[in-house]
Amino acid sequence: MPFLAATHMTGGYGGADIIRDCSITVEQGEIAVVVGPNGAGKSTAMKAVFGMLELRSGSVVLDGRDITQLAPQERVRIGMGFVPQNRNVFVSLTVEENLEMGAYICEHDIGENLEQVYQLFPVLKEKRAQPAGELSGGQRQQVAVGRALMTRPRLLMLDEPTAGVSPIVMDDLFDRILEIASTGIAILMVEQNARHALEIADHGFVLVQGSNRFTDTGKNLLADPEVRRSFLGG
Amino acid sequence: MDDFLNAVVLLTNFVIVPATAYGAQLALGALGVTLIFGILRFANFAHGELMAFGTMITILFTWFLQSAGIGIAPLPTALLALPIGIAVTAALALVSDRMVYRFYRSRRSDPIIMAIVSVGVMFVMAGLIRFIIGPDDQSFADGTRFLITAGEFKRATGLGEGLALKQSQVLTLVIAIAVVAALFWFLQKTRAGKAMRAYSDNEDLALLSGINPDRVVMITWIITAALATIGGVLYGLDKSFKPFIFMQLLLPVFAAAIVGGIGQPVGAILGGFVIAFSEVTITYAYKKFITYLVPENWAPEGLVQLLSTDYKFAVSFIILVAVLLIRPTGIVRGKVI
Repeated sequence: MPFLAATHMTGGYGGADIIRDCSITVEQGEIAVVVGPNGAGKSTAMKAVFGMLELRSGSVVLDGRDITQLAPQERVRIGMGFVPQNRNVFVSLTVEENLEMGAYICEHDIGENLEQVYQLFPVLKEKRAQPAGELSGGQRQQVAVGRALMTRPRLLMLDEPTAGVSPIVMDDLFDRILEIASTGIAILMVEQNARHALEIADHGFVLVQGSNRFTDTGKNLLADPEVRRSFLGG
Repeated sequence: MDDFLNAVVLLTNFVIVPATAYGAQLALGALGVTLIFGILRFANFAHGELMAFGTMITILFTWFLQSAGIGIAPLPTALLALPIGIAVTAALALVSDRMVYRFYRSRRSDPIIMAIVSVGVMFVMAGLIRFIIGPDDQSFADGTRFLITAGEFKRATGLGEGLALKQSQVLTLVIAIAVVAALFWFLQKTRAGKAMRAYSDNEDLALLSGINPDRVVMITWIITAALATIGGVLYGLDKSFKPFIFMQLLLPVFAAAIVGGIGQPVGAILGGFVIAFSEVTITYAYKKFITYLVPENWAPEGLVQLLSTDYKFAVSFIILVAVLLIRPTGIVRGKVI
């Protein structure tokens, strides 16, 4: 049984189903990447895993526990962290306040968690007193990831963390994500830059029209001629 | 030289001191409006009545204390009754939220629907107030009235003009500063205050972070009720309590919140003083002031009053409309309504 097993998920917003019989799994310390064309339901699948979408069928199991019925806030408590694609920082709060709010549910002292995030993202320590809205796009993404890390999640979910940042910043972010995975955290992310993401991914899930089309290791998917032709531009 | 000093004293006595006190009272009201807008995301038209209700409860308890012979002279007894007023008003605000606003919040209603709903709450509260205390003017101020009287000032300085300083004006300023300092400390330094700001900034992310929205809403109502009651009681001590006048206060209070930048506490305070000073300076008759400053035979014949005091609400209205047209975000960039 994988650490996170979201299997046979079917659901959507109200009327039509957006994801159909979609399955995603992640192991601890691994990076799983969900790729696919626009409108394939990648973000919807993420929301389904995090409980922001009602499933008509299928289940989500984390570390052997069925959490299909759990509200998103409850999922944060049991060790899931989620970085949404848009509006993922509190723009009027300072960097440090953003991180503090990330650990809002923690009753104990958060000083150590804060230090760890600052170690991972040293630039945030420099800018700790600055409102997050004044930071550059890349730094903002760092705040967003840092905020989600403050609860010390066992599974970190990232919805297009590199959307709208420059290639250099993107490389840097991917390096940090690898670093986070190396501490044993399971990482599940959706990426537009499919090629780049699959290079660092242990497992890749190619979604098309809400269903799994290809599932393999990142390396194999990159090597697969059909995947290359259809999704990676040759 | 004496003429110049007389002119300064005259202006201080009739413009600066009253406008400062009035501005502080408006700021306390506007802070409540801005907090509700920032966190519950609607324009609360019932805020004037919330101020009136808080003042009414404080007055009733003040009368009780006065009849029991309990006082804190030379300070007004109303200060002793204030905590009770705040507690009862907070309870009323929470009940109104539970009975009315929560329903619309759970349906994620449009802000405009919430605003109209608050008009309904306003009428119910207005009826309640008139039912309990009646529509008439009520006086409840006691204790020392003046810290410096005009006569004392004249004797002490030898000037022709007097500067009177009412205790209520000084109290207004001292209490307003203390309350605002406490509010800012709460919002900036405490966990609950930061959670309030986070919730106001980005509701979805706040929920993801595990911030409990019901708790944030509850704290917001309690703080708003406290600010409304304190502002209302200070206004009542400075002038008098009449339910109709408090209903009319809604306009300058809203104007202050919007001019300052709605959703921004700092803006509400700035806005309060902008509105108060505009109202007072535009409706003041400058005849005497100018007479002191210009050569004898230049003295104006008219009152040199830009607007009669009857039209003071027009001032808030004009500023409000102008700000909405030219800079809808207000002085400190707030949200656009």
